[in-house]
Amino acid sequence: MNHFRPPSLSLRFIPVWRRNFLVWRKLAIPSLLGNLADPMIYMLGLGYGLGSLLPDVGGVSYIAFLAAGAVCFSTMNAATFEALYSAFSRMQVQKTWDAILNAPVALDDLVLAELVWAASKATLSGAAILAVVAALGLVASPLALWALPVIFLAGLAFAALGLIMTALAPSYDFFMYYFTLAVTPMTLISGVFFPVGQLPAAFQAISAALPLSHAVQLARPLFLGEVPAQALLHVAVLAAYAVAAFWLALGLARRRLLK
Amino acid sequence: METLSVSGLRKSYGDTAVLAGLTFSLRPGECYGLLGPNGAGKTTTLRCALGLTVPDAGDIRLAGLAVPAQAREARLRVGVVPQMDNLDPDFTVAENLLVYGRYFGLADHAIHARIPQLLEFAGLAGRAGAKIGALSGGMKRRLTLARALVNDPDLLFLDEPTTGLDPQARHLIWERLKQLLQQGKTVLLTTHFMDEAERLCHRLAIMDRGRFIAEGSPREVIAAHIEPEVIEVYGEPGESSAAEWAQAEAARYATRVEVTGETAFCYVTESRPLLRHLADRQGLRYLHRPANLEDVFLKLTGRDLRD
Repeated sequence: MNHFRPPSLSLRFIPVWRRNFLVWRKLAIPSLLGNLADPMIYMLGLGYGLGSLLPDVGGVSYIAFLAAGAVCFSTMNAATFEALYSAFSRMQVQKTWDAILNAPVALDDLVLAELVWAASKATLSGAAILAVVAALGLVASPLALWALPVIFLAGLAFAALGLIMTALAPSYDFFMYYFTLAVTPMTLISGVFFPVGQLPAAFQAISAALPLSHAVQLARPLFLGEVPAQALLHVAVLAAYAVAAFWLALGLARRRLLK
Repeated sequence: METLSVSGLRKSYGDTAVLAGLTFSLRPGECYGLLGPNGAGKTTTLRCALGLTVPDAGDIRLAGLAVPAQAREARLRVGVVPQMDNLDPDFTVAENLLVYGRYFGLADHAIHARIPQLLEFAGLAGRAGAKIGALSGGMKRRLTLARALVNDPDLLFLDEPTTGLDPQARHLIWERLKQLLQQGKTVLLTTHFMDEAERLCHRLAIMDRGRFIAEGSPREVIAAHIEPEVIEVYGEPGESSAAEWAQAEAARYATRVEVTGETAFCYVTESRPLLRHLADRQGLRYLHRPANLEDVFLKLTGRDLRD
């Protein structure tokens, strides 16, 4: 049977999602604090420290510029970590997937559950960061609440990309390549820390194809109280990444597990 | 009640045929054993039956449905105890049952209502709040068995359910399986413990290299394939060597002799001549017993190690 046939999805992913949510709920406070600490350190360190040396960036203070970038960056990290390390543990180490597949849940439902769960977890931590950023007075208007669906969508895209790596990984060590060769370079050229306009033209072209820069281009105007330009394009690119990467990840997972 | 029937099942990985044309079916309410050395194809057979491995050829019907096409629906009626424990280490005993029941589409209140009796059955009453890491190996196996019963299945698949357990734990698992059979459940059991198969199975098949080499009730299989009695003769290297004795003299008294190291297994239909002979031999010790399934298994699959 062709492993790369279209996904066959159903609501049966929900009990699997609930399993992951129940685990998270037991550790919710430390998990949220962990997810908060990283972006807050970046934001306060770079935002106030480096920001005090800088003139306005894109018409606003550097920390206000950085806020949306930091939220997208941490969304990416939260979704990626969940789809890599946590999903790999469940698939390979704890054999949780094996147990689930003996029940009336198809692998398609299971991988979908991992995808939606990783995006959900990213949204939970994204919401916490958004709350802190708002408390610091770094968002302009309630329009920033629209960042939450953006975070969820970006979470789907990064989780799907991460699941490709998980379906291929022989061990945890494999994930270092993904961070070093994909995640870190993407972070540096997607407009998280500085405007993409500062980059040479070739890098700008690469940046335009990356999911993180589309997430940033949606979130930053929302934080500054504006409706994003070309919002539909950015949404479509993120959705396309999510769908294509999920399809590929599922095909690879079928090849790996349904031998 | 429809159980499992399989015909012409074939599966190869590369050039290696793991299943080379299996045909069998389970009668309602029976315990059917799949016996074989490591790599015989037992687990692959179970995976095919559950729809987790797509065979190259053959028909499978599970609980009245075609597999793999309707495998997911068929699994609603099946409980599985896998070879490796895969309980959820993040959850308590009761949470493991709750979360697993949800995979079957059961409502939380329905699962909660079942948990006390499942824990009672598994000998884990009072342990509902225990962490998985705090359970012994036997308790984990029993909880895995309880988890497989959360959907009240008609059919149970058990893949080497007592591997790695101490005798007390094994006997308790056997006792529980007998109870389940009395309740009318149908059981498919893989094992390489012959005493387990002899105790539990109404019928069994001995598998090797992806095919059945014997099938029937334990008594039928023993009667069809081996002499009724065995005398194991033990010696020491040197003057009282069992191996040398076997080479020189055993054939006169036994229908068939197998020697491994300093033990000679003498298969006989009439034991008295050999027993009289051994009574006069100094230095050789012996054990006289009826032939069992392990003898058949070793005869049919050989004494070489399988890795």
